[in-house]
Amino acid sequence: MGRLVLDNLKLSLGGKPILNNVSIDFWDGHVHAVVGPNGAGKSTLAATIVGLGGYTDVDGDITFDGESICSLSVDERARKGITLAWQEPARFEGLTIRDFIKASAHGNGVDVDAILEQVGLDPGSYRSRAVDKTLSGGERKKVELASILAMKPKVALLDEPDSGIDIESIERIFDAVRLLKEQGATVILITHSLAVLNQAEHAFLMCHGKVVDKGPVAKIRHYFEDKCIPCDHKNTPEVYDLGGQV
Amino acid sequence: MSTKLNVINDLYSYTQSNPHELDDPEVAHLIINENHVLGMHALPGLEVDVKELDDGIKAALTLTAGTVIAKPVHLCFGMTPERGVQRIIMDVTIEAHAKISLLAHCVFPFAVDVQHIMDARIRIGEGAEYRYFEKHVHSPAGGVKVYPKAMVEVGPDALFQTEFELIQGRVGLIDIDYDATCEARSLLDMSARISGRADDYIKISETARLVGERAKGVLTSKIAVREKARAEVYNKLIATAPYARGHVDCKEIVQDQGTATAVPIVDVQNPKAHVTHEAAIGSVDNKQLETLMSRGLTEDDAVETIINGLLSR
Repeated sequence: MGRLVLDNLKLSLGGKPILNNVSIDFWDGHVHAVVGPNGAGKSTLAATIVGLGGYTDVDGDITFDGESICSLSVDERARKGITLAWQEPARFEGLTIRDFIKASAHGNGVDVDAILEQVGLDPGSYRSRAVDKTLSGGERKKVELASILAMKPKVALLDEPDSGIDIESIERIFDAVRLLKEQGATVILITHSLAVLNQAEHAFLMCHGKVVDKGPVAKIRHYFEDKCIPCDHKNTPEVYDLGGQV
Repeated sequence: MSTKLNVINDLYSYTQSNPHELDDPEVAHLIINENHVLGMHALPGLEVDVKELDDGIKAALTLTAGTVIAKPVHLCFGMTPERGVQRIIMDVTIEAHAKISLLAHCVFPFAVDVQHIMDARIRIGEGAEYRYFEKHVHSPAGGVKVYPKAMVEVGPDALFQTEFELIQGRVGLIDIDYDATCEARSLLDMSARISGRADDYIKISETARLVGERAKGVLTSKIAVREKARAEVYNKLIATAPYARGHVDCKEIVQDQGTATAVPIVDVQNPKAHVTHEAAIGSVDNKQLETLMSRGLTEDDAVETIINGLLSR
């Protein structure tokens, strides 16, 4: 049984259905990818799992270790170990990177310098800088990932973890994904990127708020290679035999 | 003598500064408790003349031309009694091309009904530099009323930088009134960071007049008001000279039943001058809040972390 289970999850925003009967078992300690075109509902799915404001009025259920978490707030879900690295992380005037990472560790001892090195940031240059607009988008993404590592989550959702990251640093990001897995975390990668998809063990293809395909990465990779989606509102290539797996 | 030292150590214990820094012969200092001079140490080129008044002190501080004081000068104005008035009248002259940095602690740890009145006249000579950091430590009772007032003249090519911090203890009432005139190519940087709670009242009125060509001025206020605290910020930048540049920046975080007002006034009287302003008032940014909560912080802890960051140096 998966640690995190979505059961017929439905969510509408402004009267428009965004998630439509999404059912997924995320396997404990595995790396998953959720892929799909813009507007498929991937980031909404992440926001719904962590319980961000505006994403809590759901039908269906989200269970974690067998218990429904739908009624829990963001921080309550986080204290159970579920967190999100944002696609466009927030900036904090005056809050140092060191204090931000320590806050994410919430009282547990944390080696800030070691974590900064893990995401490719020189501790001497970064630990005392503020998590503010003086950081580039890529630097801010690395700090976000560092804070996730400090938290040692049970479920880590990483929304577009490679966006804004330079080519030299991308392997650091993938190292961090592997480290999260080694720590026992269930990792969920929300991505458009084939390189990120390749870090996963299992993948789910979303379109129009639905999961339209799932399986090993090698199967879902066809989406990138052929740039088409087996979905009733898009083109449905004949070469794919879904075999009732969706 | 030992009593004086005890009081000094007591005052410093609230400031997170080390009183033994005062033992350094290269560190000038002036320590005042109520209307008594507890300690004073000047340096060559730094003249300090202090008179005790019935309700405070009157001090003239002069840095002679070309003198550079390497280490920050320590000022400590405190009142250990629960009630009373402390009036500080300061006359500061920084002569041409002199440089000084001052670290002032204003400590009222037991105040129930204390007034601290600062009335300063500051003249910064041509090419001189004056940096002033004033840190207040108040009692948790909110019984302090602080009235800092300063008239500042910043000479040609001179630097005037002042930073006011009141985030430890309750504000009580603070009414800042600074007025500065900046001559050609001078640089003025005035900032305040204040955290109010309960029924604290914060008022800041700062005016900078950029009268000299290429003078630059920045007025920055960062304020948090929680519970029923109130804040009013009136920052005014007047640019009358060509190529004068200025910016007014006010950030206020409002929580609970707190209220905040910001009135940035930009007055440009020369077509070659340029002044901007930015004011942001409101609750804590939701994305910041949810980011910290998604790391497991409670909402209250997340708000505290965000405010502490905003108000940090």
